[in-house]
Amino acid sequence: MARTPILTGYFTMVRKDFVRIIRIWSQTLLPPAVTTGLYFAIFGTFIGSQVAAVKGFSYIQFIVPGIIMMSVITSAYMNTVSTFYFAKWQRTIDELLVSPMPSWTVIAGFVTGGLMRAGLTAIVVVLVALFFTHLTFFSMGILLGAVFLTALLMSLLGLINAIFAKSFDAISIVPTFVLTPLTYLGGVFYSVDQLPEFFRTISMANPILYMVNAFRYGFLGVSDVPMSIAFAVMGGLTAVAFGVTLFLFRNGAGLKN
Amino acid sequence: MTDSIAAIKVEGLRKVYAKDGKKAGTEALKGVSLSIPKGEFFGLLGPNGAGKSTLIGILSGLVTKSEGMAEIAGLSIDAYPDQAKAHIGLVPQEFNFNIFEKVIDIVLDQAGYYGMPRKEALLRAEVVLKDLGLWEKKDAKAQALSGGMKRRLMIARALVHEPEILLLDEPTAGVDVELRRGMWDFLRKLNESGTTIVLTTHYLEEAELLCSRIAIINGGEIIEQGSVKELLTKLNFVTLIMDTAETITPAQVALMRDLAVKIVDDTTLELTLKPGETVNDSIRLMTKIGIQIANIRNSGSRLEEVFVNLIDKDKK
Repeated sequence: MARTPILTGYFTMVRKDFVRIIRIWSQTLLPPAVTTGLYFAIFGTFIGSQVAAVKGFSYIQFIVPGIIMMSVITSAYMNTVSTFYFAKWQRTIDELLVSPMPSWTVIAGFVTGGLMRAGLTAIVVVLVALFFTHLTFFSMGILLGAVFLTALLMSLLGLINAIFAKSFDAISIVPTFVLTPLTYLGGVFYSVDQLPEFFRTISMANPILYMVNAFRYGFLGVSDVPMSIAFAVMGGLTAVAFGVTLFLFRNGAGLKN
Repeated sequence: MTDSIAAIKVEGLRKVYAKDGKKAGTEALKGVSLSIPKGEFFGLLGPNGAGKSTLIGILSGLVTKSEGMAEIAGLSIDAYPDQAKAHIGLVPQEFNFNIFEKVIDIVLDQAGYYGMPRKEALLRAEVVLKDLGLWEKKDAKAQALSGGMKRRLMIARALVHEPEILLLDEPTAGVDVELRRGMWDFLRKLNESGTTIVLTTHYLEEAELLCSRIAIINGGEIIEQGSVKELLTKLNFVTLIMDTAETITPAQVALMRDLAVKIVDDTTLELTLKPGETVNDSIRLMTKIGIQIANIRNSGSRLEEVFVNLIDKDKK
């Protein structure tokens, strides 16, 4: 009996991933809470109390948005890269490939999983942050827009990584050697305005700088980059990543023989 | 869509695997053409590496073809890949479900991927799991199932969305005899209810018992196809095994020199009959020289003899 599986298939994927994220909360939600708690305690409270205000805010207030964003980036990326690669490794991905769901629906299902985990992680980290400082909200629209676009982009990039990955090592190389350094150098702990001209210019090529600064602007109303450019970078990269993912899916790269 | 539309139609299907991976550069299919009418129980036989799984893979969307045309229920897999896939249920050769998930979830999720609403899927899952004797295990994790139960779970998963066409890629491989016979009954009933079944198997007895039509594939080419009866008529000899009531003596063996007889042991002989020869003539001679036949049986699946014959010819 042939049906239109777009919405039902999508919600089936989303429900399945949501249940998984909650069921293994000690692997998905607890680690970012612990890690960011340590960041807030060490860099915010112990060291931060010795550091001068940045752009008119105490150091801990300045770094909170960046640290939340760091968790969002990691969670979104890791969710899609791990679920998709595990499905590929176990060949459960075949359940989706033989189904009549269009490629874009399957991509949407995986990406929504990344968005859900990133969103839940952000909530957990915000709650942890409240133990260390009070939070101000300058623009909820910019804040939510930045977190949504960042999680979307990272979910898509995680998916691309998983499509090409041929071993479990290959899914940890990008997060360890690309994503983490770019995040640390993306203005999480400092303002690029504090850097010498040369390093400031190089930093502008780091897309994570735009994500962190847009998110920080949503909280504090200060940023190293104009919001129009930050959203153009995030939106542009997301569109490219979606196009690449769709192309790879339709051609069966790394999925079909 | 009319009933005259074939369930599956392929023409000039060719597959050359890309230059990486296990099958790098292999031409797995060399222009295969087939037409399987709706409602048929079709067998695809061939030795390992013949191209059976590649053909099933192309039809189900797991393998991309290099050339040729394929239609499912009249829908081209190029023009309408998603719509075409909606008509198919696939039982692959290898277990490919998440062993950490519950049986019921595996089946319900599959129904969801095919667009079946959850409420309807729950009812349907109950039917297929009961039909396949898995309902009692619905809350068990798949890893806790026996090998035979896992095979049945794959069939339940493939049937939950009520496909018109079921593709079975060696579904009874490694399954014990009792369970295999249970699966045969199930598949026969399913076919009688109107589901078109395409079965690849190594068990020729299975194909002979279940399939109305068979194609023999070797080296990526269909070397023969037709009804089981048609294929059996191509067999130009028959081998019979005869158990004798008493020990066969050397003198009796000598007197049977005009027959194509091979002595298997003291009380068993193998008789090969060529076209034009009759069992009656052979038995008459045996009776005349004092051999009493206690029992006669075929040496094995007759289809197996056809199969071996054709594959041997193809090799030459």
